[in-house]
Amino acid sequence: MFQFAYRRSPDQDRSSPPRHDVVVVGAGPVGLTLAIDLAQRGRRVLLLDDADRIGEGSRAICFSKRALEVWDRLGVAAPMLAKGVQWQVGKVFLRDEQVYRFDLLAEPGHKMPAFINLQQYYAEAFLVARAGELPGIDLRWKNKVTAVADRGGHVAVTIDTPDGPYELEASHLVACDGARSPIRAMLGAAFIGETFEDQFLIADVKMRAEFPTERWFWFDPPFHTGQSALLHKQPDDVWRIDLQLGRDADPEVERRPERVRPRIERMLGHGDFEFEWISLYRFQCRRMERFVHGRVIFAGDSAHQVSPFGARGANSGVEDAENLAWKLDLTLSGGNAAALLGSYDAERVQAADDNILNSTRATDFIAPHSEYERMLRNVALGLARGHEVGKRMVNAGRLSQPSLYASPLSTPDHDAWDAGPPPGAHLRDVPLGDGFLTDAFRAAGCRFTVLRDGAGPEVPGAAVIDAAASPLFAARYGTRPGDAYLLRPDGYVAGRFRAAAAGAIPAALHRARGAA
Amino acid sequence: MTLRTESRFADPDAAYRLLVEAHRKIDPEHGPALDAALVLLLANHIGDPAVLADAIAVAVKVVSPQRQ
Repeated sequence: MFQFAYRRSPDQDRSSPPRHDVVVVGAGPVGLTLAIDLAQRGRRVLLLDDADRIGEGSRAICFSKRALEVWDRLGVAAPMLAKGVQWQVGKVFLRDEQVYRFDLLAEPGHKMPAFINLQQYYAEAFLVARAGELPGIDLRWKNKVTAVADRGGHVAVTIDTPDGPYELEASHLVACDGARSPIRAMLGAAFIGETFEDQFLIADVKMRAEFPTERWFWFDPPFHTGQSALLHKQPDDVWRIDLQLGRDADPEVERRPERVRPRIERMLGHGDFEFEWISLYRFQCRRMERFVHGRVIFAGDSAHQVSPFGARGANSGVEDAENLAWKLDLTLSGGNAAALLGSYDAERVQAADDNILNSTRATDFIAPHSEYERMLRNVALGLARGHEVGKRMVNAGRLSQPSLYASPLSTPDHDAWDAGPPPGAHLRDVPLGDGFLTDAFRAAGCRFTVLRDGAGPEVPGAAVIDAAASPLFAARYGTRPGDAYLLRPDGYVAGRFRAAAAGAIPAALHRARGAA
Repeated sequence: MTLRTESRFADPDAAYRLLVEAHRKIDPEHGPALDAALVLLLANHIGDPAVLADAIAVAVKVVSPQRQ
């Protein structure tokens, strides 16, 4: 559907390997987000992809508010929102009875919705279009990395193309090359975790339907006895359907359309649909021990993999990219590489563990490991019919939320705060002026920013946003006039200070920049 | 009824997981005895026969095959 052209690069005709500051491998959502963020910070980025088209099929569909806030900063949220389906309500059914309902964004005053559903190929197409607007990005299709070697001062990269191989050097190489990362294999790095035995059928079907735009999950539905099912709307009248098939299903048989069709007909109560995609999965939750290997850095599925219950795959990859972009930028400007890239590793390993924990719990609840766990799950579901204690134990996926980082870059609270995001938490949006705080952060340049309640002293090296005029800021951030938050270039809180402690902000900025 | 059935754990998933992990560590044939030991310990911790009687009434309804 989205086809691009291989073009020969002048690099392929040079007598010695050219040097690039940053080489990003893999033009998926993570690699594209990273490249765009770096290019907007003034960096030149070489982005390589082994294919020349955007892959179709059933991959990520749910994009979180945090991912949309990142993409808004990168100038690409508007087309995503225009095309995507907004949703925030989820319902869980036991057999044909609703036992649990959640609303993901009860808080008003955010620019971005809780979630949109959008086929990954659309998200990638919008990102590719945005990348094409930025002269700092050199995107090369049909460029397959076949070897990487850390030479101490740089990474030597060998690339195969339709015109044959060539070589170049990278100051830093970021592997965004997916769960089966060839670069991870080249480094011989382990990727360890849990494989779940149950198989799941994922089908994208095209049909006209009047179901609401909510996430519907069934345990033991009448149309698929003893298993689970999920229904979720995508743009273009496409619906994502997940059906649990159990451990012993034969994938070759189960993915045949004549086998899948009756199952979906039972679910929908009619046969008026076409298949856009059918695939069978066994899920895994695993991660690399560390994401930074000298000058080779891993981001997205190459570094960590989760089951899909919770929309924690692509969204956490986008969060990796935003976490890494400003640190790599500062490193290339002569910043403290060990502290900055070390904090990427520390923070995103925490996030990966958080995502793995949550998606493992959900997957185990949906597909119990043993007779005991099945019995415990069914009793919890039974209790959920009428008792709050059971409802909150029913786990059909806890949806992606940004993690709270215990970070070496954060300055711990010195004052008492009874509201607001603590150090290591992400910026919480509020209305401000004609727009939102996230707009003001973008306008200030997505750099270190002092976010104030009213006037206060200048801090060299940081932008300033005065949010006192926002009707929600003081309550949502727990501030009194003169108080200030220090935000990092990714919008995370580096520290916060009551008016009397404003003198501590420069030291907190120094620490957040990774300085010793 | 004196039994509290509103959700009381800050993180119910973590509490659920504790039970799962406890059972993963023992031989499945000892599972019912583990649960029985937990029931006796927790019932004693609550220390109120009226609450125990209420809990028994709810639990019997949940596990009985007829849907209420």
